[in-house]
Amino acid sequence: MTDKVAPVQSFLLDGKKVLFRADETILQAATRAYHYIPHLCWHADFPAHGSCRLCSVKVNGQTAAACTVRAAPDQVIESDTEELNGQRKRLLQMLFIEGNHFCPSCEKSGNCLLQATAYQMGMLGPHFEEFYPDRPVDASHPDILLDFNRCILCELCVKASRDVDGKNVFSIGGHGIASHLLVNSESGKLVDTTMALDDRAAHICPVGVILPKRRGFAVPIGQRRFDEKSVAQQAQGEAS
Amino acid sequence: MYSNKPLSTAVNSPVQAVLARYGADPHALVQILRELQHLQGWLTRDNLYQLATALGLTLAQVEGVAGFYRFFHTRPVGAYRVLFSDNVTDRMLGSQALMTDLCRRLGVAPGQLGDDALFSVDQTSCTGLCDQGPALLINYQWVVTRLDAERVARLAELIRARVPVAQWPAQWFEVRDNVRRADVLLGAPSEPGAALAAALARGPTAMLADIKRSRLRGRGGAGFATGLKWELCRQAPGVEHVVVCNADEGEPGTFKDRVLLSRHAAAVFEGMTIAAHVIGARRGLLYLRGEYRYLLEPLLALLQVRRDSHLLGTSIAGQQGFNFDIAIHVGAGAYVCGEESALIESLEGKRGTPRIRPPFPVQRGYLGHPTIVNNVETFCAVAAIALQGGAWWATIGTAESTGTKIHSVSGDCQRPGLYEYPYGTRIDAILQDCGARDTQAVQVGGPSGICLSDSEFDRRIAFEDVPTAGAFMVFDRSRDMFEVARSFAHFFAHESCGFCTPCRVGTELVARRLDKLAAGHGSSDDLVVLIELDRLLHSASHCGLGASACNPLRDTILKFRPAYQQRIKSPHFEPAFDLDAELSIARRMTGRDDADAHFENES
Repeated sequence: MTDKVAPVQSFLLDGKKVLFRADETILQAATRAYHYIPHLCWHADFPAHGSCRLCSVKVNGQTAAACTVRAAPDQVIESDTEELNGQRKRLLQMLFIEGNHFCPSCEKSGNCLLQATAYQMGMLGPHFEEFYPDRPVDASHPDILLDFNRCILCELCVKASRDVDGKNVFSIGGHGIASHLLVNSESGKLVDTTMALDDRAAHICPVGVILPKRRGFAVPIGQRRFDEKSVAQQAQGEAS
Repeated sequence: MYSNKPLSTAVNSPVQAVLARYGADPHALVQILRELQHLQGWLTRDNLYQLATALGLTLAQVEGVAGFYRFFHTRPVGAYRVLFSDNVTDRMLGSQALMTDLCRRLGVAPGQLGDDALFSVDQTSCTGLCDQGPALLINYQWVVTRLDAERVARLAELIRARVPVAQWPAQWFEVRDNVRRADVLLGAPSEPGAALAAALARGPTAMLADIKRSRLRGRGGAGFATGLKWELCRQAPGVEHVVVCNADEGEPGTFKDRVLLSRHAAAVFEGMTIAAHVIGARRGLLYLRGEYRYLLEPLLALLQVRRDSHLLGTSIAGQQGFNFDIAIHVGAGAYVCGEESALIESLEGKRGTPRIRPPFPVQRGYLGHPTIVNNVETFCAVAAIALQGGAWWATIGTAESTGTKIHSVSGDCQRPGLYEYPYGTRIDAILQDCGARDTQAVQVGGPSGICLSDSEFDRRIAFEDVPTAGAFMVFDRSRDMFEVARSFAHFFAHESCGFCTPCRVGTELVARRLDKLAAGHGSSDDLVVLIELDRLLHSASHCGLGASACNPLRDTILKFRPAYQQRIKSPHFEPAFDLDAELSIARRMTGRDDADAHFENES
């Protein structure tokens, strides 16, 4: 097992030495060593996706997504710089304006990785004109609500449903700005799938698309996951 | 969303026929969808369900693939699907007025389904007929060239009278080669099999050495060393190796591959076969862009001729153990599939989304096998090198760019068509040869390439100066370079695959922002945002499409600033949000259009 092999090599991340194991990506090694590189579509339990581009860093001067680049001993990596954080803020703003994100009324507020990362990057407004797309919700399932307005196309639900639950409930459809999440059933509705509340896919969404029904604001806003500690502080864990 | 009626599992005969042809192979999904749509006009949800069941895929996966490609329709589009090629060169030849005229004659709005579901009229990305436009694509099968008002009038009558397209005037479908300047590639074709015989006589190792000696670089734009690519693939472990020819010539303004596949297809197949010999491949695939569907039958016929002549198949040219054959995959309208890993995804029957690299295709390509993907022109060059040697090829061109390059010349010039020059040729020499006058700008390499202004016409075509994938679009001083950039911005927004954030949202933002300027609401702030978007897309995109999507924008802001400046009404912020336009829905709902139902105009 690779995770029993002790890390022997290292790269430099913002001037700090980070040890990595063979076959690790920069983001995997950095995360394991309690360094924060902003990301949305990446999840430690799944292969890299590389779509959100928030983890873009400079590797020996070249911009690349930290989730897809394999760690190597000669790498000098910049991540927490004004330029890259400015770029991340713009990418976040793009994700906000292409969907419909109304944090104050969203059940995911305080637990949402998109919101937490936006706070972390100092995003104070949309910057771009908002697209206000028309994306009807799917409330057909007895236990699970799908609110597509918040989808950032990270495909974590697609992977979790396919690779963990073995159900293939989700897929991606359309192209370009009209790309969207598809539900795999004859009706196209979630109620006609085998999706259940204890599926991994029901709990993987980093934003507020896939939500359990009848559990509104059980934990008050202000006491939620990212309310106490910022996303960066949580990533830095015991190191902070 | 969809009806509650259960989907029909009763497989109709077109579905059966197409499935039988592909042996229910899920990797053939794109071909299956294309052929089924050809038989039926569009793809019903029942069809998608039946295909999913037969192919062992989910309905949503099939729906996802059908929804990815611009040429697939999950709603009726009429017995006549008329698409106007929408490259800027088509526009310069009057395509937009002709489309308006056709829509008026047929009484239909663009994109809408006409009377009795008989027809629809819309636009499509460049069809590669820029030297004989404006051009039309009909039912993804036929092209009409040199469109004019008379042809449009007659075309409307023919559609109204339901005359089958096959019975329309034959001269409408004439596609000319327009070879204006031939050098080593576009000259007289060599004897079929001669280049292959020369390669076989040398053997794979020596042939590879000769390709390296030629210093040939890929003709698709990136210019990767062909010999090195082949060597990496040859060395990569795998149960089989695959040769892919990228004939997905989607870069607007490029049409050289169309002519090569019409006149020199034998050289292309010969180059592929030589590549197979070098890397040890049994399987070859040619990815033909959907817009070139009309080339399929002649290409298939030529493949059969080559099989009959023992230039393909088993024991090629009598050499025991050398077995190789070529299949043709027809695309379905997706520019991004020109990117090699997206092309491979599409070959595998999936959405054409670029893969994460590494692994590179030479390590893990088609179905995981080590794969080389080379451009049509590159394979032609390989055939020439096999015949005349790598040392000979290296004497042509410049130090870093050996050989010749074929340019697809279109736009404001007297003699549009193909021009083949040795690398190192000056821009102004090409302009002079094609009869360009009073030239303001040249877009070299298509929208993802570079826009040159008249102060740069002494530059040279070469990887070390002005690299190109083959497009050469000429703009004289009557042209508005802002409108050129805006047209390209819409192209990229239309063709973004939608996978990564910067390209998906950024190309749309750029297109909207330029529309805002065009509508007279521009401010200095818009230019700041546009320049910022260019930097972001360039550095953060997942693939080359996103990275180069703002090239025309950046070049024209830099070199043709007055075209932007004249559209900037205010030095301050102007909102993109138009309050009065937003009220239009309320006006429609209340049936009002009086002065009180509008915001007062400040001016």
